[in-house]
Amino acid sequence: MSNGMTPIVKTITGWVKGFILVFGIYIVLYGHLTPGGGFAGGVIIAMTFVLITLAFGKDEALKRFRIGIASELDSVGALMFLVIALLGIAGGLGGTFFTNFIAKSNPGEPYSLMSAGTILLSNIAIALKVGSSLFLVFILLVMTKVLYREPGEKP
Amino acid sequence: MLEMMGLLLLFMIIAAIVAIETRDILAAIISVTAVGFGVIIAFFYMRAPDVAIVPIVVEVLVLVILIRATLRVGLKTFVGNRDFFGMMVTMAMLFVIFLAAIRAFNDLPTFGEPVITRMMDAPSRLYIANGLKETGAANIVTAVLLDYRAYDTLGEATVLFTSIIGAIAVIRRKARKKPSEPEVGEWEE
Repeated sequence: MSNGMTPIVKTITGWVKGFILVFGIYIVLYGHLTPGGGFAGGVIIAMTFVLITLAFGKDEALKRFRIGIASELDSVGALMFLVIALLGIAGGLGGTFFTNFIAKSNPGEPYSLMSAGTILLSNIAIALKVGSSLFLVFILLVMTKVLYREPGEKP
Repeated sequence: MLEMMGLLLLFMIIAAIVAIETRDILAAIISVTAVGFGVIIAFFYMRAPDVAIVPIVVEVLVLVILIRATLRVGLKTFVGNRDFFGMMVTMAMLFVIFLAAIRAFNDLPTFGEPVITRMMDAPSRLYIANGLKETGAANIVTAVLLDYRAYDTLGEATVLFTSIIGAIAVIRRKARKKPSEPEVGEWEE
């Protein structure tokens, strides 16, 4: 498995992986205008690296997305979402948790990318969180190969 | 549309029965995913692409993870019989749930009809009327998820974060064991 699958799968994966990543980022950024959002886009971003893992083996995927970085991005996404919520109290007009302070203070033009204030930032935070954590779980399941030995049994 | 829904329901029931009854674990996993995709097609028929797009990606990811998990371990078939008493308890519980469901379904609106046609003071009326003006988001589902009901989304993110921590703690490389704990077999990576 460390060498990956056949050359056919490797070539096709090399062609489509960039498109899948861009599509995931599109789903995240335009979540407030079209169907989708942070969760779906984050899973698609994680699927890009899952596809690389399946086609090229885990070493190739870990070269692009190291476990330490995935773990940090996971925490950064969760913290970023909380900070956005707390900024609603600190800099908000109504002063409640999760106040959309950007859209209330200077509303953007409707149907444009910058129209929704904190919704776009929350989508990005959730995408970071979901994408990195799902990739982390998949790569850990791939890496761990477990054999069980009874007490006293020879290895 | 109702005939299509009936066909989908029949397909999902057959797939669920196959998933339970088959002895091959790979066939069981694929049947469970088939049930999930039936639900997704039903969401598309009810014009809810926002709800449908999340199960699509999650189903595919879970299918890949489950196939990897089962094929690597070499676990191919189930063994063992069902015991009679457990079966009877399950059937009794299912019957009670069925009776409760009949009562509950009488209060629901007819299939495919939105709740707001029956509830005059439903909060969704407020969201649809003021959503674009108050949040600036053209997609009303995202406006509800990340603005009006963002607190629920925070809880969902917390659940995901905690479960990932738990999963990593379970499958980490070295188990930590106190010297006083009894000796059991050892796991080797």
